[in-house]
Amino acid sequence: MVVLFLCLIFLFFLVQGQIIPPPAKYGGRHTVTLIPGDGIGPELVNHVRELFRFSCVPVDFEVVNVNSGLDSEDDINNAITAIRRNGVALKGNIETNHSMPPSHKSRNSLLRTSLDLYANVMHCQSLPGVQTRHKNIDIIIIRENTEGEYSSLEHESVSGVVECLKIITRVNSLRIAEYAFQLAREKGRKRVTAVHKANIMKLGDGLFLQCCKEVASGYPDITFDSMIVDNTTMQLVSKPQQFDVMLMPNLYGNVVSNVCAGLVGGPGLVPGANYGRAYAVFETATRNTGKSIAERNIANPTAMILAGCLMLDHLKLHAYATMIRSAVLTTMNETRVHCTRQTLGVRAQPLRWSRPS
Amino acid sequence: MVPGDGVGPELMTAVKEVFKAGDVPVEFEEFHLSEVQNMASEEKLDQVLASMKTNRVAMKGKIHTPMEYKGELASYEMRLRRKLDLFANVVHVNSLPGYSTRHNNLDLVIIREQTEGEYSSLEHESVKGVIECLKIITREKSRRIAKFAFDYATKKGRSKVTAVHKANIMKLADGLFLQSCAEVAELYPKIKYETIIIDNCCMQLVQNPYQFDVLVMPNLYGNIIDNLAAGLVGGAGVVPGESYSAEYAVFETGARHPFAQAVGRNIANPTAMLLSAANMLRHLNLEYHSNMVSEAVKRVIKQGKVRTRDLGVLHHRGFCACRH
Repeated sequence: MVVLFLCLIFLFFLVQGQIIPPPAKYGGRHTVTLIPGDGIGPELVNHVRELFRFSCVPVDFEVVNVNSGLDSEDDINNAITAIRRNGVALKGNIETNHSMPPSHKSRNSLLRTSLDLYANVMHCQSLPGVQTRHKNIDIIIIRENTEGEYSSLEHESVSGVVECLKIITRVNSLRIAEYAFQLAREKGRKRVTAVHKANIMKLGDGLFLQCCKEVASGYPDITFDSMIVDNTTMQLVSKPQQFDVMLMPNLYGNVVSNVCAGLVGGPGLVPGANYGRAYAVFETATRNTGKSIAERNIANPTAMILAGCLMLDHLKLHAYATMIRSAVLTTMNETRVHCTRQTLGVRAQPLRWSRPS
Repeated sequence: MVPGDGVGPELMTAVKEVFKAGDVPVEFEEFHLSEVQNMASEEKLDQVLASMKTNRVAMKGKIHTPMEYKGELASYEMRLRRKLDLFANVVHVNSLPGYSTRHNNLDLVIIREQTEGEYSSLEHESVKGVIECLKIITREKSRRIAKFAFDYATKKGRSKVTAVHKANIMKLADGLFLQSCAEVAELYPKIKYETIIIDNCCMQLVQNPYQFDVLVMPNLYGNIIDNLAAGLVGGAGVVPGESYSAEYAVFETGARHPFAQAVGRNIANPTAMLLSAANMLRHLNLEYHSNMVSEAVKRVIKQGKVRTRDLGVLHHRGFCACRH
């Protein structure tokens, strides 16, 4: 039985066409790809590096810069190869220039699809010391990350008429649903809510919903329900405590995760993670470049530092992750040191914030 | 800390003295494992392994392996390596400023696979008078060591990796090793990849060693090249080495010899072990202490006032260590 299973795995690898090399971990030290990105990215990842150094974390970074201004895809391909070598990356967001021709794909999306990082996971939790409208929010959002509206398939069929294809496949829907339910079970969650718009997109979102139901039948211990996306956003801003685990296709995931990040304090606070079968990339949940506040030392490093902690958890360096995370949360409670103007009130310098006094 | 045989315990004493003098925040858990002094047993080995599981990092002297066959093909040294899966051995051959040899300013890295190949301990007498000794090369382990070499080159900012082989004779085995290296090289477009045959590599090393950057090779070739290259910059006493698995790191000398004839005479050169200890400190994120130890050692050698016998001037090591 076991042999048969191994054979199947082997076949699967063959079908995939490439064998995944082992991650760069030697003598207990990991090498991780670091993509600083644009805007506030570089300063945020520098906070993380400094914190890691102070905490003696056994992680070395291989810095790969991606120049978003260039037309060629060499830079991003370099970054993708670097992640293939190391297995794990920490990343700031890369600016997508909208004025480029349609053949110019978003570097971020290219990276996610090339590495097949199908699951975007974001854990939205009310933070102590951050004053928000809603208390006790604890939602896990799982978003399909590779298809749907982000398929980059658009064309002008007749002059003046553009078709943009949203792709939903059974394979990918089953895969993300399976991931969601497994995560829910692992984390001891009770309920998974699928978010969709199957009343309008009866076939596309219908298939997604159908797949979720199929997978749900294998998890009798977890309650499954579904909600239409417009209603979901309304419910989120009026009574967010009702949600536990949320599961959705790409674009809804984008919208809902931003709503949720807003509920618990904004883009500077919530970390995000993208998982594939072999690779994992960690970044801030809302993936902003924050150009307007770049290089002024006012960007909130919390989200990126917590993303670093998620990365440490992924590398099974749980002790370091817990240490840094609890330090961050303790600092959040310290009302004297709050860093961004808009969200957290009092102003302070993040550089001071990440340095021990 | 496993001091091992020969001068191992003396070298470890030097390390401990230096650590004490430099207030290095490292404590050692010592295990004396030796085949020649009847201090090796399954129980002892298990103790070392258990200690490794908790500490993850070790300093080790050479555990001497007697030549004669007593029913066990694998030495304790080999078994320790296999149990901990220490697949990669790294020897950074670096000329010491102030100590002049035939080739100065050398800077090359030798990476050796050390869990399979000729060291598989698979030997048998198929017909009387005919012994078969199996050399095992696997794709998985070849890929793993190749990736280690390229990852090392990336981390240390090196630009070239050369695979050393004998695929013209061992077409299948070394061929597989080469093929695996070439496959892995594709993931590292910025690092140049070359191959060289082992015999030619030896000749090139003694004629023009500067052409090499990082060398990666199977087990036995690595053993020979490690020693050859160590000889280029001053011998076994000055070149540090380290072995890695995914989880563990063991720091030792680059050319592993017990040097038993020097025991108790206080003439063994502690440089290799001290530099290795400095590497260990860096591995443990103790950058400051690491630099302190390695720079102190290099300064002493550069000044040339105090030298061990192998570097030319008669002097006692004890004095050398105390000066730190």
